[in-house]
Amino acid sequence: MARKLMKGNEAIGEAAIRAGCRFYFGYPITPQTEVAEYLARRLPEVGGTFVQAESEVAVPNMLYGAAGTGERVMTSTSSPGMSLMMEGLSYLAGAELPCVIVNVMRAGPGLGGILPSQGDYFQATKGGGHGDYRCPVLAPWSVQEVTDLVQDAFDLADFYRNPVLVLADGLIGQMMEPVEFQEDRRPCKALPDKRAWAARGWKGDRPRAIINSLFLDPEDLERHNRDLKAKYDAMVRDEVRFAEYGTDQDYEVLIVAYGTVARVCKTAQEDLAEAGVRVGLLRPITLFPFPYEAVRRAADKARAVLVVELSTGQMVEDVQMAVMGRRPVHFHGRQGGMLPSPEAVAEQVRAILRDHAAGPSARRRASRRGGAS
Amino acid sequence: MQHDVVIAGFGGQGVMLMGRILAYAGMRQGLQVSWLPSYGPEMRGGTANCTVVLSERPVGSPVVEFPRALLAMNLPSLDKFEPKVKAGGIVIVNSSLISRPCRRDDVRVVQVAANDLAIEVGNPRGANMVALGAYAAVAGVPAWDRVEEVVRETFARKTDLVEKNLAALRRGAEAVATGATASPAVAGA
Repeated sequence: MARKLMKGNEAIGEAAIRAGCRFYFGYPITPQTEVAEYLARRLPEVGGTFVQAESEVAVPNMLYGAAGTGERVMTSTSSPGMSLMMEGLSYLAGAELPCVIVNVMRAGPGLGGILPSQGDYFQATKGGGHGDYRCPVLAPWSVQEVTDLVQDAFDLADFYRNPVLVLADGLIGQMMEPVEFQEDRRPCKALPDKRAWAARGWKGDRPRAIINSLFLDPEDLERHNRDLKAKYDAMVRDEVRFAEYGTDQDYEVLIVAYGTVARVCKTAQEDLAEAGVRVGLLRPITLFPFPYEAVRRAADKARAVLVVELSTGQMVEDVQMAVMGRRPVHFHGRQGGMLPSPEAVAEQVRAILRDHAAGPSARRRASRRGGAS
Repeated sequence: MQHDVVIAGFGGQGVMLMGRILAYAGMRQGLQVSWLPSYGPEMRGGTANCTVVLSERPVGSPVVEFPRALLAMNLPSLDKFEPKVKAGGIVIVNSSLISRPCRRDDVRVVQVAANDLAIEVGNPRGANMVALGAYAAVAGVPAWDRVEEVVRETFARKTDLVEKNLAALRRGAEAVATGATASPAVAGA
């Protein structure tokens, strides 16, 4: 298929259709409402069902019912809506139901604003809902990548029988970029037969399929928790994704950034290279599982690490965990829907290098300053 | 070389469409492109705008704080974005609706009476196409043929609109070529 100019939100909808998603439940919220709008039009054309829920609280329960039949199901929302879905997300994880949830993040907390943010990193990667569960979290940096990752998300969800989150920011949803859909796309995982567990009507030919997250016997629940843990360990082992730019060369500072911000950092990296300042860039694509080892390896080659986020500092904690104090980790964040410019990122890099040239006490000051910005 | 342009005007002036045509034409030419609408809390009667980036290398930030070009379809848009255009950049001013001169003397200012010229070619709703034609002629990117091609496709379902809009587009380019509507920047005005 030829390249088409598509808005991120519409590309998300089309990717879901192509991945075989036939059930969408959602509630409108800026900046992702075009996903619902697109699917309300497209799903009936392919024999699918679109339901506008009464609220985001209801959405994951609709996903629960439909996913329980073994169908591919999805919702999309933005930050405040995501918070409302947290109870149901925990149930989906507990009942091991495959589904895809796209969060096109906007600035918070509370109702916040409608412009791009990465403030939901903790919520997505460290739980969000109650109980002890994990969801793979995929973070696209372009409209093309979000179409690819949404399709992969359905495969990962089926393979692990687990909700999968796609964490995009408002820019990905609103911007138009060229997109190409692969006609002969193959699933990124070997897909298991859902008939083994799906509840599609009982004819007495096999044990009843019961979709449940309630385990009142503590021994049963602990067994269940350990089974889930084994699944999460497999994700950590097999699903880490990241991209590196310029890390095969020597560099002085390693930048770690994800989503749209990583593009700003890539431009900064290219601008700095023209000025003779060498920077490596590592972009996590899966936020859970986080590429700890890759970040550690890349950081070891640098004198310092700079994390850039649209938040007051969330992924930076995972980077610190990866680096384990072996290198200073600096932070530059913008909030409220503001975006750093490539010039601002380049200036951060220069400041770090100036401080390093000035000696250890200046470095300590710089670290503190970076942490507070 | 990156060509980025902010296109701004009243809601309804067709600024989003102008941006999409530019982005499409750039893509056809093999460039990397992005199109980003303003989706902030814009007020009715204020400005709507979009940012288009055309580049030979992958587009970094789709948000451009200091664009190389501005296409101002109304006064609030000129007021808001004029100070941000990079030195040496391009400012296209819709002089049908903007009576004040451009205050910058370090950019190329092109005054195009977009609404008047649109009426002149019998397409009163085509002011956006006139301005787009002027911009494409001044910027040189995307290639003129690609812009015409995309305009044809955009209005393909309403064939009478194809010729009307092409006429408006060409009138804009012609206005630049003849220099009839170009005026020097007024320094410090």
